[in-house]
Amino acid sequence: MLVSIFSAAAFLAILTLILAAALLFAEHRILNYGPCTLDINDGGKTLVVTGGSSLLSSLAEKDVFIPSACGGRGSCAYCKVRVLEGGGVIGPVEESYLSPEDLKNQVRLSCQVKVRQDIRLAIPEELFLAKRFRGFLERKRMLTYDIVELRIVLREPQRIEFAAGQYIQLESEEYAGHDAVMRAYSISSPPSDDGHVEVIIRKIPEGICTTWVFDHLQEGREIFFSGPYGDFQLTETKAPAVFIAGGSGMAPIWSILREMLQRGDKRQAMYFFSGRTKDDLFFTEELFALEKELPDFRYIPCLTREPEDSDWKGERGRIPKVLPRFIADAAGFEAYLCGSTSLIDACVAALKQAGINESNIFYDKFE
Amino acid sequence: METFADLTSLGSVVLIFISAAFTDNILLTRFLGMCSVLGVSKKVDPSMGLGAAVIFVTTCTAGLNHLVHAYLLAPLGLEYLRLITFIVVIAAFVQFVEMVVERVSEGLYNALGIFLPLITVNCAILGVSLFMLGTPYSLLQTLAYGAGAGTGWAFAITVIGGIREKVNEQALPRGLAGPGITLIIIGIMSLAFVGFSGMIRV
Repeated sequence: MLVSIFSAAAFLAILTLILAAALLFAEHRILNYGPCTLDINDGGKTLVVTGGSSLLSSLAEKDVFIPSACGGRGSCAYCKVRVLEGGGVIGPVEESYLSPEDLKNQVRLSCQVKVRQDIRLAIPEELFLAKRFRGFLERKRMLTYDIVELRIVLREPQRIEFAAGQYIQLESEEYAGHDAVMRAYSISSPPSDDGHVEVIIRKIPEGICTTWVFDHLQEGREIFFSGPYGDFQLTETKAPAVFIAGGSGMAPIWSILREMLQRGDKRQAMYFFSGRTKDDLFFTEELFALEKELPDFRYIPCLTREPEDSDWKGERGRIPKVLPRFIADAAGFEAYLCGSTSLIDACVAALKQAGINESNIFYDKFE
Repeated sequence: METFADLTSLGSVVLIFISAAFTDNILLTRFLGMCSVLGVSKKVDPSMGLGAAVIFVTTCTAGLNHLVHAYLLAPLGLEYLRLITFIVVIAAFVQFVEMVVERVSEGLYNALGIFLPLITVNCAILGVSLFMLGTPYSLLQTLAYGAGAGTGWAFAITVIGGIREKVNEQALPRGLAGPGITLIIIGIMSLAFVGFSGMIRV
């Protein structure tokens, strides 16, 4: 009995080993495409890689990190790049993720494009600067009933260089039947604190990543993210700035304001923050303290649903209503908005009515 | 079995091929390889593509597994391991074919690419390898049996694809669309194939 069990196991083990070895050997011999050249952004960067693996992993090998949450299985569709030449035929896996516009722009999923020949591709410049970071969750604290702040201490690389206003892509882990996903969150810590990254996350009911953050992520846990990305940042001008945010849209503004303090930025600044009731406000003391620390700064929280009989002495009503009373003529102002689509659209309309130059409106919409 | 005794080798090969393809159609009389039929048979073109891949793989794996059985499993007295051994051999073979196709012809790879991994776990392929052991075939006869079974499967899925192209699924009750109507089509077709039964005995 024992002998037959043993011989069966040994036979199967040997058979699978031999077959696996044969396959590996065959893969090495058959699917060896030799060195291939990747020409990125028309000669902007040229990489020589060994053909045979996916474009995504070939680029990662050379430290060009394209966002990807699913690990190259072709299910998250974050790793889109423009492949101008040498990408081969579009396979059935990526076909379903490419819109007609993508097809027109020669956009491909880099995890599904195999490097078989020299490839010409175009990727946004910022991806050259983006890296993948490994860190640990140092602190997790609730800022309001539905907003949490994560403070991540960086381990590898140990420093991050970014502009206040940029965002990272946080990677959630697999849990309870949900795949790992990647979600963008603005950095709320100032660039001077380059050993840490803080993000502010609002709970989205049924949200895969936020549920992971709120219910599963614990202090001390290992965390991965990539970044920095994005071009939402303060301009180099001296123009007066109006900041508008709601909910977790606080994050980039909070980073920008503290950066202004550090740099001794003297421009005039106003910050309108939207909330329903007092419970939606956070960093209130810190922001009012900034009014004294910055040369010309005002913090104006606006509450839309605060009960009439409460002791709230601040503004009541939506920002588009409140704003004209503070800024009668917005010409010459620069506006920085971060929050939900509806908040931004309404505020942009109000700003335009106040006479702001449209090219001076910068925003970061939460889809 | 006794039918073959008095036939020349070539005659038996032809006979085995025809019987495997029609009287003993692996899809319509054994109901094997159903999952890929339900998934792929919406149109004729992909059905034919998958069918062609299945013919190729059944033929080769039947031959391979015949050799594995005759020279490895039987001498070692490990015939009871045939099921798992055959699966492993089929999987490795399909992987290998995938690699060769990828290298040799990218066009063919993209046409068949999605089907080859599907085939790895297709029970029809494993069925062919297991059923062939029921009769003491020679290697040539095994290849004919594999090719016949594959052809029969390809023929069936192509016809089903053709019928489904003509069926206006929009006009069907919701619960019947897709797999429902496909199973009914397969059922009716297999009734027709009952007519072949007994014509040749394998």
